Amino acid sequence: MYSEKVMDHFMNPRNVGEIEDADGVGQVGNAKCGDIMKMYLKIEDGIIVDAKFKTFGCGAAVATSSMATELIKGKTIKEAEMVTNKVVMEALDGLPPAKVHCSVLAEEAIAAALQDYRARHGLDSDSEYAGCPGCCGGCGRLEQQNRNGGE
Amino acid sequence: MQKPVIYLDHAATTYVKPEVFEAMKPYFIEEYGNASSLYSVGRSGRKAVEEARTAIARCLGADEPGEIYFTGSGTEADNWAIKGAVYAAREKGKKHIITSAIEHPAIMATCKYLKKEGFDVTYLPVDQEGFVNPGDVEKAIRPDTAIVSIMYANNEIGAIQPIKAIGEITRKHGVLFHCDAVQAAGSIPVDVRELGVDLLSISAHKFYGPKGVGALYIRKGVRLENLIHGGHQERGKRAGTENVAGIVGMAKALDLAIANMDQYAGKIRKLRDRARDLILSRIPHVRLNGPVENRLPGNLNLSFQFIEGESLLLMLDMKGIKASSGSACSSGSLDPSHVLMAIGLSHEIAHGSLRLTFGESNTESDVGYLVDCLEEIVARLRTMSPLYEDFVKANKQAAK
Ligand SMILES: Cc1ncc(COP(=O)(O)O)c(C=O)c1O
Repeated sequence: MYSEKVMDHFMNPRNVGEIEDADGVGQVGNAKCGDIMKMYLKIEDGIIVDAKFKTFGCGAAVATSSMATELIKGKTIKEAEMVTNKVVMEALDGLPPAKVHCSVLAEEAIAAALQDYRARHGLDSDSEYAGCPGCCGGCGRLEQQNRNGGE
Repeated sequence: MQKPVIYLDHAATTYVKPEVFEAMKPYFIEEYGNASSLYSVGRSGRKAVEEARTAIARCLGADEPGEIYFTGSGTEADNWAIKGAVYAAREKGKKHIITSAIEHPAIMATCKYLKKEGFDVTYLPVDQEGFVNPGDVEKAIRPDTAIVSIMYANNEIGAIQPIKAIGEITRKHGVLFHCDAVQAAGSIPVDVRELGVDLLSISAHKFYGPKGVGALYIRKGVRLENLIHGGHQERGKRAGTENVAGIVGMAKALDLAIANMDQYAGKIRKLRDRARDLILSRIPHVRLNGPVENRLPGNLNLSFQFIEGESLLLMLDMKGIKASSGSACSSGSLDPSHVLMAIGLSHEIAHGSLRLTFGESNTESDVGYLVDCLEEIVARLRTMSPLYEDFVKANKQAAK
């Protein structure tokens, strides 16, 4: 059900860990939904020089976190903001419909970490992002379709 | 090194035993006639079906073979029992169904559907181990109760329900009693007379028989409305050309299961207990879900704190170990298993659940390999988990 790329990023996730002296940290999702992503960013002169993550979640959640950190490393903040869930998903050769919300979470984790960076450095935010409020279920409507499958 | 394949999902389905397959074989190519036809290839099919009916009636302790009706699955048997009973009772103004909070979707979704049609459903809670309290059944019975449906053994946590005690209550109140014995049949004794049930479902693929064939026991004198309309098969109660090979396979499989039950149950119980004890002693922050006693012999259900079940399953699969989980991700829904929620687990703990169901093909060395793999994988996933990070930090804080 997962692409080879997803399985690769799940089995060999890039950038797992913490950054002790991170400049921005963002955490999104909640345990109730079964997905939590925490992203750490090291930012120098407006450039993301390092990114690490920790994720509690399914295979797709881990893979999207891993891919998201890969995609934003070395990028400017502006460029990192262009890494949307679609970009992450495409980089992973797609996700099953029920897992699209994981890529949304990855996008939100980047945004939350950047928001934290701005807040810490007294920078204005021109993004509207205010953090995932928890499980509204909005990102999971698709999942309802294949509820209670096997056995 | 070639990766071993260790199948630990016998509650999901089992392979067909070679003896069972041998018994089925003649009915594909040689004895292919329609069991309702009069010529000889059909007659041999008819004879095989009736012999299978007799065997299954005997295996389940039914009074007569005529109380056994073949269906296309356990799900169909469940649907027929509930819908057939409530549609028949509707004329008498009865519209209430009593079931439990931990039934299989075959019952849950049927009840949900019937609720939309105007029936009333009471879902009885279970205790922390996963048992229905027979006293709750008695309290829930109303003058308009059409049927009580409680499963014999739960498919996720293996809890074996007090069916006999519930049967005494339903009988006392003259209410129909259906039991979904799909997980129980073949693993523990199932005797309809002893249990005092009116209706009971089984499914062949759970006891080393073929998929796509089940049966419903209908006590003589119990009237159900038909579910499948068409020809006159199954004495006009369940239309559709008989799945002769499947029916023969189911009877053979159940016969074998009952003949070897003590040995089989003893073997898988030993493997299960060993796996449980090793995992609980070697891996920290693990919870046993479901009961210790009165549990299906092959069922083990554990929650690994701080990690999510689907990740665990994928990594186990990479090691050749096939298991299942009650996490939302693995069921394709937003919520984790309704069974784990019903026994009071938090979402987080339910998301980290793993079900291992042992069977015929498993060995001692599988258990050793499983525990080694689990230890490694759980540790690995925990190093990736922000929940574990929080836990470790909180502990350090507390130690200061
Ligand atoms: C308790 C229970 N009831 C019903 C079913 C449905 O049986 P079937 O797969 O034959 O439709 C299953 C498993 O599939 C089960 O575990």
